[in-house]
Amino acid sequence: MQERVKSPKFDVVGTRPVRPDGADKVTGRAKYGADHNVAGQLIGKVLRSPHAHARIKSIDTSAALAIPGVKAVVTRDDFKDQASEFVPAGEMLINYRDVVRNVMAREKALFEGHPVAAVAATSESIARRALKAIKVDYEVLPHVIDVVEAMKPDAPIVEDGMITVGVTPPSTKPSNVAKRVEFVLGDVEKGFKEADLVVEREFNTKPVHQGYIEPHACVASVSEDGTAELWTTTQGHWVARAHCSRLLGWDITKLRVTSSEIGGGFGGKTVVYLEPLALALSAKVHRPVKMAMTREEVFKASGPTSGANIWVKMGVKKDGTITAAEAVLKYQAGCFQGSPVQPGCMCAFAPYDLANVKVVGYDVLSNRPKVAAYRAPGGPISEYAVESVVDEIAEQLGMDPIDLRLKNAAKEGTKAAYGPKFGPVGMVECLEAAKKSPHWNAPLGKNQGRGIAAGFWFNIGGETTVNLQLNEDGTLTLMAGTPDIGGLRASLAMMAAEELKIPYEKVRPIIGDTATLGYNFVTGGSRSTFSSGLATVEAARSIIKQACGRAAKLWEIPEDAVTWENGQFKPAGDNAGKFEPMTLADIAKVAGKTGGSLVGVGAISAQGAAPSFGVHIADTEVDPDTGKLTITRYTVIQDAGVAIHPSYVEGQFQGGAAQGIGWALNEEYIYDEKGLLQNAGFLDYRIPVASDLPMIETIIVEVPNPRHPYGVRGIGETAIVPPMAAINAAARRATGVRMFELPLSPPKVLKAMKDAKKA
Amino acid sequence: MKHHVTTTVNGDEVEYLCETEQTLLDCLRDELELTGTKEGCGSGDCGACSVLLDGRLVCSCLVLGVEANGKKIETIEGMATGEQLHPLQRKFLEHAALQCGICTPGVLVAAKSLLEKNPDPTETEVRYWLAGNLCRCTGYDKIIRAVMDAAAEMRGA
Repeated sequence: MQERVKSPKFDVVGTRPVRPDGADKVTGRAKYGADHNVAGQLIGKVLRSPHAHARIKSIDTSAALAIPGVKAVVTRDDFKDQASEFVPAGEMLINYRDVVRNVMAREKALFEGHPVAAVAATSESIARRALKAIKVDYEVLPHVIDVVEAMKPDAPIVEDGMITVGVTPPSTKPSNVAKRVEFVLGDVEKGFKEADLVVEREFNTKPVHQGYIEPHACVASVSEDGTAELWTTTQGHWVARAHCSRLLGWDITKLRVTSSEIGGGFGGKTVVYLEPLALALSAKVHRPVKMAMTREEVFKASGPTSGANIWVKMGVKKDGTITAAEAVLKYQAGCFQGSPVQPGCMCAFAPYDLANVKVVGYDVLSNRPKVAAYRAPGGPISEYAVESVVDEIAEQLGMDPIDLRLKNAAKEGTKAAYGPKFGPVGMVECLEAAKKSPHWNAPLGKNQGRGIAAGFWFNIGGETTVNLQLNEDGTLTLMAGTPDIGGLRASLAMMAAEELKIPYEKVRPIIGDTATLGYNFVTGGSRSTFSSGLATVEAARSIIKQACGRAAKLWEIPEDAVTWENGQFKPAGDNAGKFEPMTLADIAKVAGKTGGSLVGVGAISAQGAAPSFGVHIADTEVDPDTGKLTITRYTVIQDAGVAIHPSYVEGQFQGGAAQGIGWALNEEYIYDEKGLLQNAGFLDYRIPVASDLPMIETIIVEVPNPRHPYGVRGIGETAIVPPMAAINAAARRATGVRMFELPLSPPKVLKAMKDAKKA
Repeated sequence: MKHHVTTTVNGDEVEYLCETEQTLLDCLRDELELTGTKEGCGSGDCGACSVLLDGRLVCSCLVLGVEANGKKIETIEGMATGEQLHPLQRKFLEHAALQCGICTPGVLVAAKSLLEKNPDPTETEVRYWLAGNLCRCTGYDKIIRAVMDAAAEMRGA
């Protein structure tokens, strides 16, 4: 069942047209990262560290270079060291000092799979042979994988000389804790004293991978004059350009980056891995170099988000009022600082209107791949723990979990612990829709349980450019720069059509490259429909304004004497009725005679992104013999602001829920005692398949964002936040035991049930 | 030494030269430039490279290029007829059953093979048939609906 709480009041916005890039994608015509080839291209491959932690004493590439067909090799010597400087990457920050070390190990290999050298050869088999011929002398060092172990005083140090930031008194001894962050509102000690019930729990989660089906891939071509072309699968080609130019020491204008169609990203394609290597290899021989990761490389050397240890304490009065909430979050960053612990802290208690909050976060290094953003980075981890405690409080108070949440729900005017005061938000509306939903009120079968949880994500805006050109026949070409991963082009064409009062089919939206359009930040932070939508509206309004000017010129009347009504330009005031109204197509036809082409540009730094709240209901059934949990029914309820294309909003809800179900039930990085990843493939790292899931019901709640012309809120990320806690709560009722660790895999569930004599 | 392979792809006889270790997927993509068939894992776990080989649904990453000699291969590029999309392709667009679209060719080829064997599958049958085709974007909901709807239309129901 798919439901919307409001009906559309626009002509195009809110309808469900076929996406403009659809036919290419169902016929195999669409070109993704690995689908592009250039004449004369070489194949690049990466030599990766077989050790979790090792000093690189020397690298000898001479034997590899001597193999016929091997054209170039790059190592750490081909990349200049970078000063420490943090720059935004999605909702997270990265540091160029670390980026240069992440793309190619320097002093040490810091995780299994860390690049140590890259080769370019005339064929893949020759490139593979060349990798084997490279001699690397490693001094294997003690390693650390677990986050709690990594924080111990005697743990092996991942980054020599790392001193914890944000502690008082200042730390002097090297440690794996990069920083401590803290958000405080009110006084938690006072709040806990007012409580009738205090629940305090510790949780653990495992790193999980974004799991995009398309591996990283690119083609780089550097000309003899130093200009370069890069084709890559990325969530942000301007950001990829910035990173690559910085690492290679090139002027930005020398490098032109084209984003391919992108086969999933979920945050994991906001960073660069292969791109600087392919460019550096190509720069050595001035031949195109194509590189693609294997699935094993994707798992070992890209992605995952943090595993974490989380402690939560909450106090409530008998009537359900939460008096205090406190959490300590310890997030794995991987081998460089920059886990999403800060957004994790921001989100932790955000669904609630609380007077007393304290959240402390630690960013912790270990010998794992550096984490990358993953859909609402940090939020699902902290909110899983908090929402699981909220569920336990409801149980202990004997209160309905929706009523407990309604009593404390964030609403317009609520001050979040991380600073802002919320504008209109849909938390209460989502809870009320959940309460009325057929799912919440349906009976359960044997061995089944139902759980509910809320989720929050703040969403972002940022730099965005859209170019809209009026073609001579009145059709339009819309060029955006935020890569389209799941229907963006449809949404932008719809907003342009709505503004210009023309049919949707008359707008052709494309994604431009870095040389054809002004700067665009990544598709991330649920910002692309919001930000590129704002820029589209601005560009469309500019076209209308210009068209008014052209009509005025033709009619020889002042520009402000022309009005735009219902798709027509009309003379107004004293001139009303004196001239035949003109359409946009009429203006387009005479553009050459009235001043040339009409081009609208929306070049903005988008402000006013509004958060999205969601509530998920999950039913699980446990097999008491095996401990396997099956999701038998699932509903996503989320505030979309206004759904531009409801089908793609539902798709985001369903996809986020499915990823969350995988996180809750199956997915985890498993390491052996040597610090080597044991399940770097889709067979052993099991993401949900079609037979694992039920239909995923959706209810779109629409509380418009007042700071967007169509009321849009980002919606892509919130949907992955509630599933883990909703399923944990459902599992509690299905199994009779409460669990505090993810994933809820069969052996763990069976053991918990046996320990509690429930199986 | 390379092998000379003669095979039929989407009704056309084609030839290519391949190394012994090249997979059928490599040959389709690199030798015949049919890049509609995707590589997601190279180990038969994701189904993005699904094609029909003499009518049988296979992961082309698990078949050697030389094995295609004398056989008939059907890929996503052969699914539409002239200007007409296959009903499955059309229903995938109408139901918004794709987001990023990387798994879509494999899912469509697999679904077509299901409907050829079983024109009236239950939801559970569709889910199990497509269990070898990973999709990370959609949660499968709209994919399953699109397949069921296409099946109904093709039956004339």
